[in-house]
Amino acid sequence: MRHREPDVQPDGSASPVAPSVRILLESVVGFVKKTLVIAELEVRKLRHDPAELLTRAIQPALWLLLFGQVFTRARAIPAGNIPYIDFMAPGILAQSVLFIAIFHGIAIIWERDLGLVHKLLASPSPRAALVLGKGISAGVRALTQVVIVYALSVMLGVKINWSPAALSGVIGAVLLGAACFAMLSLIIACIVKTRERFMGIGQVLTMPLFFASNAIYPISMMPGWLQVISRMNPLTYEVDALRALMLARGASVFGIGVDMGVLGLTLALLVIVAGRVYPGIAI
Amino acid sequence: MPILETDALTRRFGDHAAVDGVSLSLDAGEVFGLLGPNGAGKTTMIKMLTTLLPPTAGSARVAGFDIARSARAVRRVIGYVPQLVSADGSLSGYENLLIFAKLYDIPRSERSLRISEALSFVGLLEAASRLVREYSGGMIRRLEIAQAVLHRPRVLFLDEPTVGLDPVGRRAVWDHIESLRKDFGTTIFLTTHLMEEAQSLCTMIAIMHRGRVAAIGRPDELKASVGENGTTLDDVFVHYAGDRLDSGGGYRETSRTRRTARRLG
Repeated sequence: MRHREPDVQPDGSASPVAPSVRILLESVVGFVKKTLVIAELEVRKLRHDPAELLTRAIQPALWLLLFGQVFTRARAIPAGNIPYIDFMAPGILAQSVLFIAIFHGIAIIWERDLGLVHKLLASPSPRAALVLGKGISAGVRALTQVVIVYALSVMLGVKINWSPAALSGVIGAVLLGAACFAMLSLIIACIVKTRERFMGIGQVLTMPLFFASNAIYPISMMPGWLQVISRMNPLTYEVDALRALMLARGASVFGIGVDMGVLGLTLALLVIVAGRVYPGIAI
Repeated sequence: MPILETDALTRRFGDHAAVDGVSLSLDAGEVFGLLGPNGAGKTTMIKMLTTLLPPTAGSARVAGFDIARSARAVRRVIGYVPQLVSADGSLSGYENLLIFAKLYDIPRSERSLRISEALSFVGLLEAASRLVREYSGGMIRRLEIAQAVLHRPRVLFLDEPTVGLDPVGRRAVWDHIESLRKDFGTTIFLTTHLMEEAQSLCTMIAIMHRGRVAAIGRPDELKASVGENGTTLDDVFVHYAGDRLDSGGGYRETSRTRRTARRLG
């Protein structure tokens, strides 16, 4: 057999880049497609049973109506040049998104008791696409919280930025944030593997994530050590972006670009880890 | 070339070898039955061959692709019906198939035709728009088979396909498996602990016991190897797997099996 350089086409023309670029492109398109199929699977489920989402309205309502009202009167927290309730609304949106996403992983444990996860893993889909699809579906669930928190905010007189650009920015930040915490949740679920342990860890995790962030008070109020922690907390960047995008007079501390960048990088990192631990759930 | 071959395939969990150096070779178009009591290593075997579980030692090829090195290629040519319920109860039968048609890259133009073909093959065309949680156990299993053959796999793996089904449902599943082999030449690899199932379906049988293949051959050959006329597969099984039908598996597996049985029943 004659040895032939792999880059040389049968017709003799050398095209050193094209085939590898095409393969890369095909795998990227394949990855995106598979991710969307998994998201579609979850969204279809949700469409058959939307009632669950309504119960999610209770928690943000309680925070905004009770905690928010009291602390607005107390003027205990420096919210800059906006009323405290305005300052807090994006934080509560981020919190609701966090709560939805952080328990999203439990679905994996349910699926493990069924055979669905085995069938997904035996299909020719990249593992990372399978997990990212779940992250996006958590994001879609979380979008209902945007509607709920916006409605509550309007009721409470929060001044909202209604420009389409700002709204799309909010949707983007919510999707990214939800996907991040859903990935974290999924990784935990894949490691602990039982509902009981998962619920325990989920509960233990949400409170520190929430309080060690700028959701209901600015970072500048915190003691030094907590400031460091909250700067490593992805929720802080989600809140920061939401505060700038959602409010008419909102401002970002870090810059929206930095916020989205941190969230995007965190997500990419978590997807890689989740894609690695996910197959273990089938064993 | 055999469609499926394993070479000293081994999987250990700690000190325990669930599958212990299994070598077998299977020609295309066979219906291969892996028999054994619970805990014999049947499911572990299927999980390795479907690329869900990496082997500890040894190797295997499915349709010429190595299960460890070319896992993606293996996944394209196999279909898999896990023992546990794998259809999504909160979706309709049609949606279940649609999602998998997309996951297996069936082109958009062919999708609806393939889905309706698969649905009519298992007799679920009329129930297609109903939620799967309203299906009977037999219907769920048939839907799962439809789901697993949408992409026309060369080898179809079925893990205890009739566990928890009543005789009517069981018969229907057998008929579908039989026609898959006849009409499409699909190679079938199934596990079972029912002699009757092995007897009426399989062209080739291996008896697995404590992670090893104790005997392998055509049903008649196996019967002949044990004794005179009138020997049943039950006798063969007792002969090779020992008289102790020690149903291992432990608490978790038992509760899973029962849960599956309840969901399907």
